Amino acid sequence: MYHSLADAIRDAEASGKSLAHVALEAESRDQGRPIEEIREALGRALSVMRGAVTRGLVGDLHSASGLVGGDAAKLREGPAGPLAGTPFRDVLARALAVQEVNAAMGVIVAAPTAGGAGVLPAVLTGLADARRIGDDAVIDALATAGLIGAVVAQRASLSGAEGGCQAETGAAAGMAAGAATEMLGGSPSQAGHAVALAQQGTLGLVCDPLGGLVELPCVYRNATGAAIAMAAIEMALAGVTFAIPVDEVIDTMGEIGRGMDVRYRETAGGGLAATPTGRRLARERLYQIKRSGG
Amino acid sequence: MVSLLDIIGPVMVGPSSSHTAGACRLGLLARCLVGGTPERARVELHGSFARTGEGHGTDKAIVGGLMGFRPDDERIRDALGIAEREGLDYRFEKTTLGEENEVHPNTVRITVERGDRGTMMVGSSLGAGRVLVTEIDGYPVEVTANYHTIVLVAEDIPGSVARIATILAEDGINIATLRLTRKARGGDAFMVIEVDEAPDEKVSADIDALPWVRWVYRLDKVSA
Repeated sequence: MYHSLADAIRDAEASGKSLAHVALEAESRDQGRPIEEIREALGRALSVMRGAVTRGLVGDLHSASGLVGGDAAKLREGPAGPLAGTPFRDVLARALAVQEVNAAMGVIVAAPTAGGAGVLPAVLTGLADARRIGDDAVIDALATAGLIGAVVAQRASLSGAEGGCQAETGAAAGMAAGAATEMLGGSPSQAGHAVALAQQGTLGLVCDPLGGLVELPCVYRNATGAAIAMAAIEMALAGVTFAIPVDEVIDTMGEIGRGMDVRYRETAGGGLAATPTGRRLARERLYQIKRSGG
Repeated sequence: MVSLLDIIGPVMVGPSSSHTAGACRLGLLARCLVGGTPERARVELHGSFARTGEGHGTDKAIVGGLMGFRPDDERIRDALGIAEREGLDYRFEKTTLGEENEVHPNTVRITVERGDRGTMMVGSSLGAGRVLVTEIDGYPVEVTANYHTIVLVAEDIPGSVARIATILAEDGINIATLRLTRKARGGDAFMVIEVDEAPDEKVSADIDALPWVRWVYRLDKVSA
């Protein structure tokens, strides 16, 4: 798989192909599998993603601790805000929905991780449904997202314990931004700028879950991560470019992650987890989980 | 090598790829060591597994794995109740398996018994659902289960590798990697063989029948 998005963008533009296409070709070469088989596997992932969106929007799920659940349904049915009736609001609802399913031990696709699993399905299926884009194009978008995630994995990290939340919901926002930009007709180079624009907006984001559980703030970070992706897509498609090349932005994420104090890397030692309320909620809810036997 | 399908995947029951999906895979590997659902299991959780495992369903995921549930099996949620009905007698304990900087924070020691077979395994969940088995019956190993894996301990005699390679070749099984280690010259030789095709019972029986092989285990591929 590519180690540099710049290389992938150059190959795609030189041959008049999409990033999805060069990603599928690279994967086929690396793994010795036909492209059709890889697309089938991505198609299965897409159907699990859609299932999680649908399941989460019902709104009756709660995590073992009871800390999260029911908020996706509020966005679907609750009072109108400035985004009412727009695909943007629907994307936010879907991001919460998938992450509420995850917190309730439902089935999701870890893309790139379970903690950041809401962003990509929310942005891709939300925009595809709004624009009546068929599954073939969404599957291509998943390939592009996989390429972006693979570059982040190699140059930085996809683990909150190593790189903070910028490596989970942040990476997911970059993947969703680049993939959706291409899905909506952007060029490979525009997709690259979308990744850089999303990633720069999540640099330094810490991983500070209450009690170490993938619940709070994780569920909400998936919605705000999706919002950052949407902003990046909008800018990139309008022709906004980011002056720092995308690979260098990703390298920066890695450098910041390596320098991040261990308190901010999934240990519940700092950030929101270490606030007085964060500590109290974690103590009470973990006790409740034990008493109820999970 | 990073694969697209590792990034867009695995499909799994939430909430945590390390504490739930990885934990389930470690349970599946312990199950392989006794060739089926154990009758008894002692599960000792270390570090972050011990601290936040209950909130992440680590206990349910490991017990689900012991019963053969894959990481995407929704029965994991009810695994503890199912285990009680199916007669899997499990016990969880919190423990310290070593110094913080020496042992991975998500590590578990699983002791399983099934019929006349009993064994002990130590494994870690490395993140994104990836696992590493680090010890089997007191022997240090490195098994990622990204491939079907055969693990064996044998007397250190000339030709042992050739003999085992022949058995695998006869069954049409291609070796991907092979690591041979030993504690001392003439001591026990320890082999970890990763293979492309799933070996069947006959392969392990043939290897086990070699007089100089002390024991052999088959671990199924459990990656996505």
